[in-house]
Amino acid sequence: MEQNTTHAVDYPGVQQSEKFTRLRRRHRSFVVPVSIAFLAWYFLYVLLGAYAHDLMAQPVLGNINVGVVLGLGQFVTTFAITMAYVSYANRRLDPLAAELRDDLEQIEAQAAADSTAGSARTTTGTTGTAAGSAGAAGTETAEGRESQ
Amino acid sequence: MNQLDVLSQPGAAENNPVLNISIFLAFVIVTLVIVFRASRNNRSAADYYAAGRSFTGPQNGFAISGDYLSAASFLGIVGAIAVNGYDGFLYSIGFLVAWLVALLLVAELMRNTGKFTMADVLAFRLKQRPVRLAAATTTLAVCFFYLLAQMAGAGGLVSLLIGIDSELGQSLVVAVVGAVMIVYVLVGGMKGTTWVQIIKAILLISGVAAMTLWVLALYGFNFSAVLGDAVARSVSDPPEAILAPGLQYGAMPIDFISLALALVLGTAELPHVLMRFYTVPTAKEARRSVVWAIWLIGIFYLFTLVLGYGAAALVGSDTISAAPGGVNSAAPLLALELGGPLLLGFISAVAFATILAVVAGLTITAAASFAHDIYSNVVKKGKSDPDAEVKIARRTVIFIGIASIIGGIGVQGQNIAFLVALAFAVAASANLPTILYSLFWSRFSTRGAVWSMYGGLGTAVVLIALSPVVSGNETAMLGAAVDFAIFPLKNPGIISIPVGFLLGWLGSVTSPVKEDPRIAAEMEVRSLTGHGAEKAVEH
Repeated sequence: MEQNTTHAVDYPGVQQSEKFTRLRRRHRSFVVPVSIAFLAWYFLYVLLGAYAHDLMAQPVLGNINVGVVLGLGQFVTTFAITMAYVSYANRRLDPLAAELRDDLEQIEAQAAADSTAGSARTTTGTTGTAAGSAGAAGTETAEGRESQ
Repeated sequence: MNQLDVLSQPGAAENNPVLNISIFLAFVIVTLVIVFRASRNNRSAADYYAAGRSFTGPQNGFAISGDYLSAASFLGIVGAIAVNGYDGFLYSIGFLVAWLVALLLVAELMRNTGKFTMADVLAFRLKQRPVRLAAATTTLAVCFFYLLAQMAGAGGLVSLLIGIDSELGQSLVVAVVGAVMIVYVLVGGMKGTTWVQIIKAILLISGVAAMTLWVLALYGFNFSAVLGDAVARSVSDPPEAILAPGLQYGAMPIDFISLALALVLGTAELPHVLMRFYTVPTAKEARRSVVWAIWLIGIFYLFTLVLGYGAAALVGSDTISAAPGGVNSAAPLLALELGGPLLLGFISAVAFATILAVVAGLTITAAASFAHDIYSNVVKKGKSDPDAEVKIARRTVIFIGIASIIGGIGVQGQNIAFLVALAFAVAASANLPTILYSLFWSRFSTRGAVWSMYGGLGTAVVLIALSPVVSGNETAMLGAAVDFAIFPLKNPGIISIPVGFLLGWLGSVTSPVKEDPRIAAEMEVRSLTGHGAEKAVEH
């Protein structure tokens, strides 16, 4: 696979690093419990809908019954979790991920500079061919573009 | 005034087929112009499959909604609420909650580790050819089931909305829908398809919003009064039954639980949904697009709740059930009741646009999977040049388009609505376990992935074949004459999803080959940081 070729970056080392384990812990400590919670709440609702017909038919306000309230509750929790995750990711995940990304890019740029300085070897392998091919496609198309 | 007569007589004063067709043609012409303009920059594979990764989060959020809100969820859910009451609403909620799986577990990590297809993510650290072949197989299977259901639905819509009842006329319309779709995808690629979906989402959501406000305004913005009138016109026994669960799924609650599992776990792994995450430049934009999609889809389903009970109150569930098209006629009949032929024409055109946008999204996904995974990486072992790959993708589009026209005509009049539920079940059974394992479990192996994908797909398909939707009763696909329905449920998810997870685990722990832990480490680092992720194409 093209992504898996030569590496300037020691990925197992990065994976063990304090910064990365912190990022992973932050990510999982939100995503795992919240996923379990919303799935449990959804299936509680589905089970009530499937078996507890009388409870769901209890009126709450006018013709609006427990079933409608719980159903609308699913919308409320879905919207709330969405907003909570965005705010969490913006504060706790994105800055740390960006920091790690910068570190990794520096390591790769350093390695690329070293290898061109040392010999005439190509640098394409070290900069990562995945990004390289997208970049090549970009320059190809950029020259011929007329309008947008 | 009996609404039923109006719709069943094509020449009648109120339902004006010429008006319906004109509004639809206007949509086709406008979108075609946009597709041709958007196609000017289609050069590389990233342009063709992923729109140069140039869409913004909000744009992609609209496109996801446009891709996802099919005719089944618009006409089908409004009708299900109008006729079966609360159970229709219960059904719609799974389609929304499912997006949290996409937001929290799938979208960003996929965007960071993949390129064009689901198989890219799996192939990152597993053996290329077997996992690509398996992933392409499940992708093509889901696309095929979904596509066939959409095309069959198109024929039914024709008789409902344009008043064409003859088999030849319906087949002709299916052929036209297929041909327009081929042009969109062939010329516009992902960029053109995305714009069609964005425009359709705006039209659909604003049309539904206008109708919702109208219904609520008639009742002084009192939703309880809408429910009261729906009960007053209800034909169920007792009339209040439409406000509580049980009318549709009461006889077989375990079947509904099985369906709910497939909906909530399958949505985020539908291949045409997964592919949309690659049309944005970064994981952060992928997150933003899911957030927009959740708001749009959530508000849409809130509107359908009002429209469903509004149709029951203003049109009456007996009239809806007796109309041509049955439950699917609830939303069009309500539009006619509210705004006369002009609103009906608009809603009919939107329903057609919906089918077009959804089949276009499915077709480009299937073509990308065939060309990128099977042709380029399995047949050519990764040595084909990108131009040849895009050429193969375009040919695949033509092939799929023609096959879906023939299939759509072939299944006219057959009851194959179960194919939509099957598509979700396969996505949840074959795709979800492999995606979650490969993103979160370092010991996951090639054998586990292959077992899980083929096992999940096979279990779901075999159970459906042995279920009451295929044989054993009058509403089954094969009728009551043949009966091999030994599996009692209509939805296989409750069995096939655990089977998929179990096989993924079993295959991995028994695998004699251990995957390279360095690549697993690289994948995990990239999935969370976004380092080395595919960049946007500069134009």
